[in-house]
Amino acid sequence: MNTEEFKSVAKTKEKKSPTLKNCVFAFIIGGTICVLGQALYDMYTGVLNLEADIAQVFSSISLIFLSALFTGIGLYDKIAKIAGAGTLVPITGFANAIVSSAIEFKKEGIILGVGVKIFSIAGPVIVYGTFASFIYGLNYYITKLVV
Amino acid sequence: MKKIGKRTFKIENYVGVSGYSSIVGDKEKKGPLGHCFENYSEDEYFGQETFEKAEAFMQREVIRDVIEKAKTKPEDIDFIYAGDLLNQCTGSNYGVGGFDISYFGVYGACSTMAETLILASISIDGGFAEKTLCVTSSHFCAAERQFRFPLEYGAQRSSTAQWTVTGAGGVLLSKNEGFPRITEISPGVICDKKITDINNMGTAMAPAAIQTLISFFEDTGTTPENYDLILTGDLGHVGHEIVSDFLKRENYDAKNKYHDCGMLIYDHSQDAHSGGSGCGCSASVLCGFVLPEMRKRTYKNVLFVATGALMSPTMVLQGESIPGIAHLVRFEV
Repeated sequence: MNTEEFKSVAKTKEKKSPTLKNCVFAFIIGGTICVLGQALYDMYTGVLNLEADIAQVFSSISLIFLSALFTGIGLYDKIAKIAGAGTLVPITGFANAIVSSAIEFKKEGIILGVGVKIFSIAGPVIVYGTFASFIYGLNYYITKLVV
Repeated sequence: MKKIGKRTFKIENYVGVSGYSSIVGDKEKKGPLGHCFENYSEDEYFGQETFEKAEAFMQREVIRDVIEKAKTKPEDIDFIYAGDLLNQCTGSNYGVGGFDISYFGVYGACSTMAETLILASISIDGGFAEKTLCVTSSHFCAAERQFRFPLEYGAQRSSTAQWTVTGAGGVLLSKNEGFPRITEISPGVICDKKITDINNMGTAMAPAAIQTLISFFEDTGTTPENYDLILTGDLGHVGHEIVSDFLKRENYDAKNKYHDCGMLIYDHSQDAHSGGSGCGCSASVLCGFVLPEMRKRTYKNVLFVATGALMSPTMVLQGESIPGIAHLVRFEV
């Protein structure tokens, strides 16, 4: 049994992940989160008469709060099991990554447990998000100089 | 002890099972073998503060129960061989304390139960011990936080992923007493077919199981027909299919004699995907189901092949593959 022969036989025994079904659920649940974000924005601008940029920040904060709440009461991972990318991609996924780490490593103390581990999943998003905004800013600056 | 063929050893003295016990969590209790497990807890913390302490508690409970059932005393036991999945064998280090029995911590990932049985039977057969205790455990929550993601993190598991069993099992082996007895052992070799997917442990471990089984059949001149049950540790549905296929290609058709602990412990409704895994999987199925059935003589001749994916998260991040191992123990009534 050589490695290539083994790998090709093993591949045939794997059950395929239901990609189409996963995409549909991701679209519906992820879309629902976005609709909720828009509804919050409309409420903050329409009912509370907030400025557009302030309302945007408030909408994000509200979604982050709801995500943290749902993570804390143990519902977020259950929804995510069905939604997949639908709950991972919106800002709620980022909040879930941070809050779930904070809950998990509470027992190891607030400094070396929560403090060290809180960004264990979200860390790369922050690092490369910051790096991407640097590239964007540089690009913006050069474009302004040229044009 | 006498060597047969390339890798198999015959245990020449009588090494018998004089006691066993198992403990599981709630999900395992609700599974198809739930009725086999006497000790269980609905609380995933088993009344402890952390999951690591819960795992140590399971080992402690199993040791206490085995000693009680075998009507023996800790001071009569020469060695404990214990292992689990956690770094530094945490579950065992904190579990076996307090019994004052000479202890060896063993790491063979999910193959640890068979590895400890092999070491214990060698100790007895070589005349170095009269009684040895083998204990292994795993805890879903403790394993998740060490190897994967926090419990509340929203992630989808792939179809090939397995569910770490919350459970422990312990076996007391004694010279010239108890049954069933261990008659042959076949320690595994590292088998690496360059599988790098940490969500597909069944495939990573399957080559080791195939290699150990085929070399055992060749060494002993036997076929699956000679056994009542051939049981791998935690290959799950994917690994089980691969092993069945390759055994058949080598003209060792195991038909319905071949099962896997990871497939037996959960049913499809329990969302365990490819099946159960972990040191506690083979240990609890062995101690909760196989050994009691052997004492009832449902099975008289069993090959127990615990399989381990010796996965290092560091090495996987460095692009290395996952080495597998499979240790075989033959039990006979």
